[in-house]
Amino acid sequence: MTGRLWAIAYNTFREAVRDRVLYNLVLFALLIVGASIIFGQVSIEINRIVLINLGLTAISLFGIVIAIFIGIGLVSKEIDKKTLYTVLAARPVRRREFIAGKFLGLVMTLTVNALLMSVGFFAAVLYVSHGLGRGDLQLVTAIYFILLEFVLITALALLFSTFSTPVFSSIFAFAIFAIGSFAEDLRSFASMATGAAHLVISTAAYMVPNFAALNVVSQVAHGTPVEPKLILLNSLYVLVYTAAVLTASVWIFERRNLK
Amino acid sequence: MAAIEIQGLEKVYRTGFFSHKLKRGLMPLTLSVEEGEVFGCLGPNGAGKTTTLKLLLGLVFPTSGTATILGRPLGDIEVKHHIGYLPEQPYFYDHLTAVELLDYYARLSGVDARERKRKVERALSRVGMSDAARTQLRKFSKGMLQRVGIAQAIVHDPKLLLLDEPMSGLDPIGRREVRDLVQQLNEEGKTVFFSTHILSDAETLCDRVAVLNKGELKGVGVVADLLREKLGEVEVVFSGAQAVAELSSLGALCHATGDVVRALLPERSLEPVLAALRKNQARLISVTPVQATLEDYFLERVGDESPTKPNEVKA
Amino acid sequence: MTTVRAQTTYALLLALLLGASTLLVRQIDQVRGDTVLQEMLYIPSPKVVKRLSLGYSGLLADVYWTRVVQYFGEKHKAQSKHYLILEPLLEMTTELDPKLLPAYHFGSVFLAQKPPEGAGDPQAAARLVEKGIRENPGAWRLYYDLGYIYWLELKDPARAADAFERGSQVPGALPWMHVMAAALKAHAGETETAIYMWTNILKTTEDKNLKANAISRLRCLRVDTEVKLLQDRVDVFMQKSGHKPASWQELISAGLLRGAPKDPASKAYQLADGRVQVAQPDLFPFITRGLPPGEEAGDLPTEKGFKSVKIK
Repeated sequence: MTGRLWAIAYNTFREAVRDRVLYNLVLFALLIVGASIIFGQVSIEINRIVLINLGLTAISLFGIVIAIFIGIGLVSKEIDKKTLYTVLAARPVRRREFIAGKFLGLVMTLTVNALLMSVGFFAAVLYVSHGLGRGDLQLVTAIYFILLEFVLITALALLFSTFSTPVFSSIFAFAIFAIGSFAEDLRSFASMATGAAHLVISTAAYMVPNFAALNVVSQVAHGTPVEPKLILLNSLYVLVYTAAVLTASVWIFERRNLK
Repeated sequence: MAAIEIQGLEKVYRTGFFSHKLKRGLMPLTLSVEEGEVFGCLGPNGAGKTTTLKLLLGLVFPTSGTATILGRPLGDIEVKHHIGYLPEQPYFYDHLTAVELLDYYARLSGVDARERKRKVERALSRVGMSDAARTQLRKFSKGMLQRVGIAQAIVHDPKLLLLDEPMSGLDPIGRREVRDLVQQLNEEGKTVFFSTHILSDAETLCDRVAVLNKGELKGVGVVADLLREKLGEVEVVFSGAQAVAELSSLGALCHATGDVVRALLPERSLEPVLAALRKNQARLISVTPVQATLEDYFLERVGDESPTKPNEVKA
Repeated sequence: MTTVRAQTTYALLLALLLGASTLLVRQIDQVRGDTVLQEMLYIPSPKVVKRLSLGYSGLLADVYWTRVVQYFGEKHKAQSKHYLILEPLLEMTTELDPKLLPAYHFGSVFLAQKPPEGAGDPQAAARLVEKGIRENPGAWRLYYDLGYIYWLELKDPARAADAFERGSQVPGALPWMHVMAAALKAHAGETETAIYMWTNILKTTEDKNLKANAISRLRCLRVDTEVKLLQDRVDVFMQKSGHKPASWQELISAGLLRGAPKDPASKAYQLADGRVQVAQPDLFPFITRGLPPGEEAGDLPTEKGFKSVKIK
């Protein structure tokens, strides 16, 4: 089974990497990183802060866009265009192997993606700060969290693809990212509500993917260190939540009639 | 042993998310395909041919009924090692080359690493795609994609082939090549089950055929027997329009193009017709017996049921 | 087709994993604490944020408003002495949605009042309310917010009266605004004026926190009134008897009181060395009388204005 899983994962990776859309978006992100060096020239102290804020935000947002489009492209499109049929119908591939393999391939793609963008980013930081210091270790944490964001949104994009069209899947994925970014505020709001509203909003606030806690960009830009406990908790959370989303995806996908 | 054994397989669809209206994709179908056969599934579009294949392959789940493939029940994963499938209008991973694609599929089908390269190249050469092997699929024409599709269905040397419209998208030369390939594969001992709406292909290739319309099985039979069913007619071609009147009175159907006439008549009328031609000084060009075609059988089974109305069923 | 067994496995697994994720979220929230709120200190320009919000500034304002209430609630519960982030939060909220009146009302009181009842920055409060008035000329209620700040926090009854007067002229203003303007000109020092104002504020406000605050103010004013009355009686006793009373019983026996007096928290007023005091000053954060010796009294209403007095 692992042989097939790996074959599907590698194939997904290869297909994604050869798609030009990926490169365009990565290029865009790097351009923004470059541009932020120029914006920061206004004030010498602000230089580094602007670079980190703008640079990491660009990497995060563009990465999310890439994750959503590739994630949906590689599954929804497959179902739409029937490339899927030859894989599932006449091969000893279980549907859950397919989902797992696809997900693994996507994560591989996004990791490479994140690495590429980080290299550009760190080059810029090096240029602006004339060297790397201890504070830059925190930047790695920020990028790691961004990668966790990618993993989370990819799993969700995959989930939506198992039952929805490419267009709607994209819409849902962007929407859930926006909502998840305000998850902490949603929970504050839930704690202020009463009665039935409290129950409904609380449930939503806890079930929604916790993107809010993965955004440490401004914190890191100002040199405030990220607590190690948070790193552990976020990693565990993404692991558990992703597993839940993949379970749901497999469940739905295994029941689906592929007309 | 039967390669495919279908018992009462049925598929009913709901027409919409909220509606109670049902649509019969396939009415309970009972059919079997013997090992080593070439079996054709005929029918107009929407007849249920593709549905049958998808049910067999586990892409779609039956509403009721069972089936076995190579003796294994539906849903069995291991039997997939021995099946090859070509979907209708296939579409593959755009950015891979033909070799990469086939290698991927061969891997998934469990072909040993040592044999893979050889088998991939062999499959490609059998479908005539050796030259384009290292080109990315997004540059392929429809016909080339079709050939790649066939290649991926045979690369792992399966015992049973399920092909959905294997001739579509091919020019006459291509179709001939595919016909020859199917025959070769059959001679190698493979069972081939294919669906098509091109009757002449079925006529030449198949041992047996089934006719489907609107989700229902309308008839099954051995091709040779079906073709013999039609009583012989004869076609006489001559020049000399002056003879038409007398021939028509003998019961011949005449069609004139200039001075050349084609007359269709039952075999028993041949002698009187030839006599009439001599009498009228018409020049005989040819006498040919008319074979019954599968089309006749087909139209007879499908009848005047309009294939364009959806087959709705009251719930 | 998936078996029933497989499906039950999926269902159970899903429930388990979602449960675990919820627990983790709670842990994460604790660790994150007020990281988001601390970040308010970094944001240099609310105007930039508004532009970045791409037309959804109203929604973002609501998000920040939620944070204002959450932040204040937490700090107030902990009886904090520092409300550093309240002003930046309110600035951001009102920049994103200048017409969000509840933010101005909230800010006027809770920026001005002294800790732990507020941030203790009446200048900031006044600035906020004045901004609110500029953006919302028809909101007469903002004028009483301004009036309150000038009167009780900035100790400027003349400007306060002016604010109430201007407010009373806004179409739709309730009559009590005009009454307050007049009262402040003549009776700024009197407890009754304050009681009148807070009673009317209580009637016209819908915010939970502001209502609670007004009620607290009124209770404290009641204490001020009662302590004054009691102190007068005690002074009379001291004059008549020549010594300080040891307990209320002495006054009751002397016919000056009918029973042992209790404060609004149902605790007995105390007599200490001839001074009337409340048993638990913490329950009455705004009182100016009845505080134990050594505690600062901010404003002591007298007949003719204010006098800042330190009680030894």
